Amino acid sequence: MGTRFTVNGRAFDVKAEADTPLLWVIRDEIGLTGTKFGCGVALCGACTVHLDGQPVRSCQTPVSAVAGRKVTTIESLSRNNTHPLQKAWIAHDVPQCGYCQSGQLMSAAALLEKNKNPSDADIDAAMSGNICRCGTYARIKAAIKTAAADMRGAGRPA
Amino acid sequence: MSARPNTRGLRLSRRGFLQTSAVAGGGLAVGANLAGLSVEALAAGTIHTPNAWVHIADDNTITLISARSEMGQGVYTSMPMLIAEELNVDVRTVKVLIAPPNTKLYGNALLGGPQLTGGSTSVRDGWEKLRTGGAQVREMLLTAAADQWKVDRGSLKADNGWVTGPGGKKATYGQLAAAASKLPVPEKVALKEPGEFRIVGKRTKRLDTPAKVNGTAEFGIDVKLPGMVYASLEQCPVIGGTVKGFDAAKAKSMPGVLDVVQIPDGVAVIADTYWHAKKAREALVVQWDEGAGAALTDKSMLAGMRAGSSGDKSIPLSPVGDAEGVIKGAKKVVRAEYVMPLLSHSPMEPMNFTASYHDGKVDLIGPTQWQDGAQGTVAKALGVKPEDVSVRTTFLGGGFGRRIDVDFIVQAAQISKAVGKPVKLLWTREDDMTHDFYRPQSLHQLAAALGDDGKPTALTFRMVSQSVTGRVFGLPLEVQDPLMTEAAMAAYEIPATRHEMVKHDAGLRVGYWRSVSHALNAFANESFIDECAAAAGQDPYAYRMSLLTGKPRFANVLKMAAEKSGWGTPVAGRSRGIALMEGYDTYMAQVAEVSMQNGVPVVHKVTVVADLGRMVNPDTVEAQIQSSIVFGLSAALYGEITLDKGRVQQTNFNTYPVVRMNEAPAIDITLVPSTEKPGGIGEPATALIGPAVANAIFAANGKRVRQMPFSADNIARA
Repeated sequence: MGTRFTVNGRAFDVKAEADTPLLWVIRDEIGLTGTKFGCGVALCGACTVHLDGQPVRSCQTPVSAVAGRKVTTIESLSRNNTHPLQKAWIAHDVPQCGYCQSGQLMSAAALLEKNKNPSDADIDAAMSGNICRCGTYARIKAAIKTAAADMRGAGRPA
Repeated sequence: MSARPNTRGLRLSRRGFLQTSAVAGGGLAVGANLAGLSVEALAAGTIHTPNAWVHIADDNTITLISARSEMGQGVYTSMPMLIAEELNVDVRTVKVLIAPPNTKLYGNALLGGPQLTGGSTSVRDGWEKLRTGGAQVREMLLTAAADQWKVDRGSLKADNGWVTGPGGKKATYGQLAAAASKLPVPEKVALKEPGEFRIVGKRTKRLDTPAKVNGTAEFGIDVKLPGMVYASLEQCPVIGGTVKGFDAAKAKSMPGVLDVVQIPDGVAVIADTYWHAKKAREALVVQWDEGAGAALTDKSMLAGMRAGSSGDKSIPLSPVGDAEGVIKGAKKVVRAEYVMPLLSHSPMEPMNFTASYHDGKVDLIGPTQWQDGAQGTVAKALGVKPEDVSVRTTFLGGGFGRRIDVDFIVQAAQISKAVGKPVKLLWTREDDMTHDFYRPQSLHQLAAALGDDGKPTALTFRMVSQSVTGRVFGLPLEVQDPLMTEAAMAAYEIPATRHEMVKHDAGLRVGYWRSVSHALNAFANESFIDECAAAAGQDPYAYRMSLLTGKPRFANVLKMAAEKSGWGTPVAGRSRGIALMEGYDTYMAQVAEVSMQNGVPVVHKVTVVADLGRMVNPDTVEAQIQSSIVFGLSAALYGEITLDKGRVQQTNFNTYPVVRMNEAPAIDITLVPSTEKPGGIGEPATALIGPAVANAIFAANGKRVRQMPFSADNIARA
């Protein structure tokens, strides 16, 4: 008896034991490797995905907790880099090694879902759970503002 | 002490490492045998390789080689930019491939030959070599077209992937590549004057960004081979300890477990998924022989360093005059001692590698900073020939020096051989932090005599630390380690100086950590010159400037940093500290603007002025400075690895905190236009932020903190 849930709109019935962290189900069983393992204990944010639209650390989310729910990963932003955040990340050349950036982008996407005009303090509050050892923080902050402006300008409800 | 052999598959002489070779322009072989090259990765159709840097397919797909690993520093873009400049192709249209191991073709001359990414050398090593490589292929394409069309070669142009000639003749590089590849490689080629550059020196978007914003960039952790299994390795909690015995009965009964095998470094559980392997590993019962490191503590190691500073033999570094005599006879003497703790690298991607042993051959795939080191060490460990070991380098989820070591690669290969299947070995964060090759502790003892005008008349500098080069490259004890002396001799004009380095083996394995000894020596030098200024009752900036009369590049960056930061114009509640250094041929000054809150510094702003000569991609230069400051600030504010009973006490980012977004300062960067040869930029800013903050703390509250990190405890004790 597996666990049923959706990832990026597709239904899955996975066989991993109930206590298996969602991270490893997404990466090794479903095969979406954009979500990364960094610390295993929800300290670094590299594994951030959305669960019913809320950002969660998938390394500390047992797969049993997502039964019947909607998971979205970095691969859902867009394949062809057309999401405003992806465009902004490219415009500011944010990534260096790039390893933490899937998690950064998913934290940023959750922020902009709620707040399309975030202040520096709003961005710090939403993003300080995501570690970047390459120190791309200033560019992340700038890119979030660019993406937010893009989303506001695109006429989406603020 | 090291659990691993010293030589690590090294195929260069010790002398070779110590020589700073001139940049090699040649060494390009026609028809190079690129063992391990994944041709599928290049393009469809036949691929021609006029030289080691350029592959051109019949369909005009052009692939440029980066001989260096991409670990965030931007070589995946900057190396192709150098080749593309002379080949006259648009970097946005080329493919990039990280080179397979081949030291003849891809060795790092600045490091004496290994195919190693480190030392902020990539651009400096590649500056002539890669442009020459691009120009050679351009000339070969032109010759091929001239031969084919029977026209004067001087009437042809190679531009944007096309060769064009009189009467509307034209052909793509791809159409000419087969013929060009049969021609001799021209030894002398004309390179563009810098004024003619169309790519080099221009802000260029990184070629790896698109793949890094949608989850498709392949890191080591993402590698998957057909039939691959997963391994989790239990290593002795004391580094260097060995397995006495183990009970795997319970582990073997757990879901998905395929095997449990012993390798020299520990006991590995192999399973059908990573999680199964990791869970079952927790059920292992292992008895360890903890070995020589079982009693180590960081405090005993530091005490050993202090004893070594007077007891061990020192190696002098370019002494001038009789500094000790001057200090003995001086009226005013300043003395201070500085201490740096052990540090972990902790890149975001924990150590991992994928290995496939089959038929006496080994395929290795993953993140490494040292391709031939991985190849040679694995070959030796598995008893196969180096040419039977292929290495494919993925993106590195950070390196910072940790992935120069190849311990985890050897482990993956040994496990694959033991189980006869392709294996992905993945460490936990706890494995990564407790089994690092740590930045060594250091102890600095400085003394200066001050004259009547307050200026130093003599300086002595004694550094005690552990030689990383001794471990990694087998450098003999009596030979100066060039990676301990970096930035030891500061710019300041002092009539008599004596610098001495003491190599002291403190008993823990140590590794190269971003900026290596620059960070150790610059903290001591730039704190100490501040102390001298204070003792002389002078402004720290003006005091430094007065000692740089014949050092224009130093004086210029220092002056600019003071101006840009508003030095001398106070901001309420804040203080400033200044620091200056040359490292990797880059001249840099930083000013940190700090306030003290609850006894610890909050760094609000860092002003950086850098003169690094010619630049390849100024945007990447800025990114590397930003990166280095955040990395160095993490160490300065928080970084400390401690040991008890030989066990590293820090296991994750809660006990080894790093700077997060809310703690990251604003960084104001000025790049000095320069026609000097290129300097390295991946590291120097790391070394200066610590002393700049220490000096700002002193300016704030008069406390001179001489020990990193700048914790409440260390500041209170100052």
